[in-house]
Amino acid sequence: MSLAADLGIAFGRVAFVMLFVLNMGGLLTWVERKQSAIMQDRIGANRASILGLRLFGLFHPLADAIKMLTKEDFRPARADRVLFGLAPFVSVFFALTAFASIPFGDTLRVGGREIPLQAVTLNVGVLYVFAMLSLGVYGVMMAGWSSGNNFALLGGQRAAALMITAEVAIGASIMGVIMVYGSLNMMDIVRGQGALLWGWLPAWGIVTQPLAFVLFLTAGIAATKRIPFDMPEGESEIIGYFVEYSGMKFGMFAMADFLETVVIAGMTTSLFLGGWQVPYLDAAGVRLPWGWTWALPHLLVVLLQVGAFVLKVCAVIFFMMLIRWTLPRFRYDQAMRLGWLGLFPLSIANIVLTGLVLLLWGGRP
Amino acid sequence: MRALQRFYLVEVLSGVALTAAHFFRNMGRHAAHALGKKDARGAVTIQYPDERRPYSPRLRTLHRLVRREDGSPRCVACMMCETVCPAHCIYIVAAEHPNPEIEKVPARFDIDVGKCVFCGYCVEACPEDAIRMDTGILEFSSYTRGGMIYTKEALLALEPAGPDGHPRSPIPIPADRTP
Repeated sequence: MSLAADLGIAFGRVAFVMLFVLNMGGLLTWVERKQSAIMQDRIGANRASILGLRLFGLFHPLADAIKMLTKEDFRPARADRVLFGLAPFVSVFFALTAFASIPFGDTLRVGGREIPLQAVTLNVGVLYVFAMLSLGVYGVMMAGWSSGNNFALLGGQRAAALMITAEVAIGASIMGVIMVYGSLNMMDIVRGQGALLWGWLPAWGIVTQPLAFVLFLTAGIAATKRIPFDMPEGESEIIGYFVEYSGMKFGMFAMADFLETVVIAGMTTSLFLGGWQVPYLDAAGVRLPWGWTWALPHLLVVLLQVGAFVLKVCAVIFFMMLIRWTLPRFRYDQAMRLGWLGLFPLSIANIVLTGLVLLLWGGRP
Repeated sequence: MRALQRFYLVEVLSGVALTAAHFFRNMGRHAAHALGKKDARGAVTIQYPDERRPYSPRLRTLHRLVRREDGSPRCVACMMCETVCPAHCIYIVAAEHPNPEIEKVPARFDIDVGKCVFCGYCVEACPEDAIRMDTGILEFSSYTRGGMIYTKEALLALEPAGPDGHPRSPIPIPADRTP
């Protein structure tokens, strides 16, 4: 009985994260079209209909999936049989698993059990997400190498170069957050952001590490391989690593980009925007800085926190889409210069600065 | 200013502010439209096959042959339009008209729309006001070259466009194209 319940809980935690990330990824194809359309005074895709029901074009992701699945799955004669088929799956797999250690809520207490609301409780959660995100580039490189096409190979190489650039900046900018909250466990980092600075300001990462936030978000957008950092694709010069792919395998690469967007948004939320924290809401209920309290039932608090997490992720995704549809793309050398001469030294400076402040201030908030 | 632009972040934020302002303004208008304020439009798009913008009355569109009272063509097969046509897209075969008052009638009157340059010279040249380019029909397509040739019967059946310049007669669909 107990084993079955444990298994059920574990399954539920994983299923929630899986479904959340997958659905968000699917929905992002719709968001991308609609948001860009509204930003550009257009209407956007709205023709797909089921029985005359259009629903703001929400059926377009479905129609896309059907189209992708029924298209010819072509493999070039000179492509590597195994790697060519494996590459899109590797890409999507690592993008999906990366979300596992991002907490989407506080501990849920049901029937004497304490369930941490994250798919996997890891002491090194930050490193795990980071590692999975980096492994995602292997799929892209495999695709570029196995296609037997020079442009695809170039795209794969550029993806690797871009990923290393972004990775270094992400890793170095995260260091500041880890120093402030003193943990590699995502849950602990989010809990640490529940504290109040000077009694009223939530100690979110964006408050304690504003420079790291900008650096992380920039490097994170680069890690998603989308405009303005679309060197691996480079539609205007090389078509990129997926030039030889068609059908659903091509769709999986597009999907991986969206999944990475969700992961970066989830990570930004967890590290810098307080994760599931709602300002002035703790486990007992609302507690405003001037002492006013309002007790709330445990389940409602947890629901509010999960809702807050989802809302924050959506807001970050909105912002990332805004960036994607506002900025023109960087040239390859510009992106490299930005990464190595801009983001990387700044994040190192941020580490030094954080260390100094922590030393002078004496410890953590 | 130059240093500020090189720093990039400020410029990015001002760009994002511009696009975000468009987004929220248009979202507000879409919401107002959905809530019943029908003159609020969040987009400048005209959803073309469903709605058309008004066409100018001077717009030259697919030709039509003007009919007499009895439905026969007003054309007297004088070959003026065929002669003046710079694209050589009109082909007329003349025949005797049963009415001795009228000299001739076209037995065939074909226009190859695939060749036509829509200059309107045929309309200018016609002494009988028998050919006009006021149907409002703009959509010509066919899988074959033959499908682009519109015959006398098809051209006679067309009506002039409505006051907004939109076609009132059904668009003649070539036999090789299923809608």
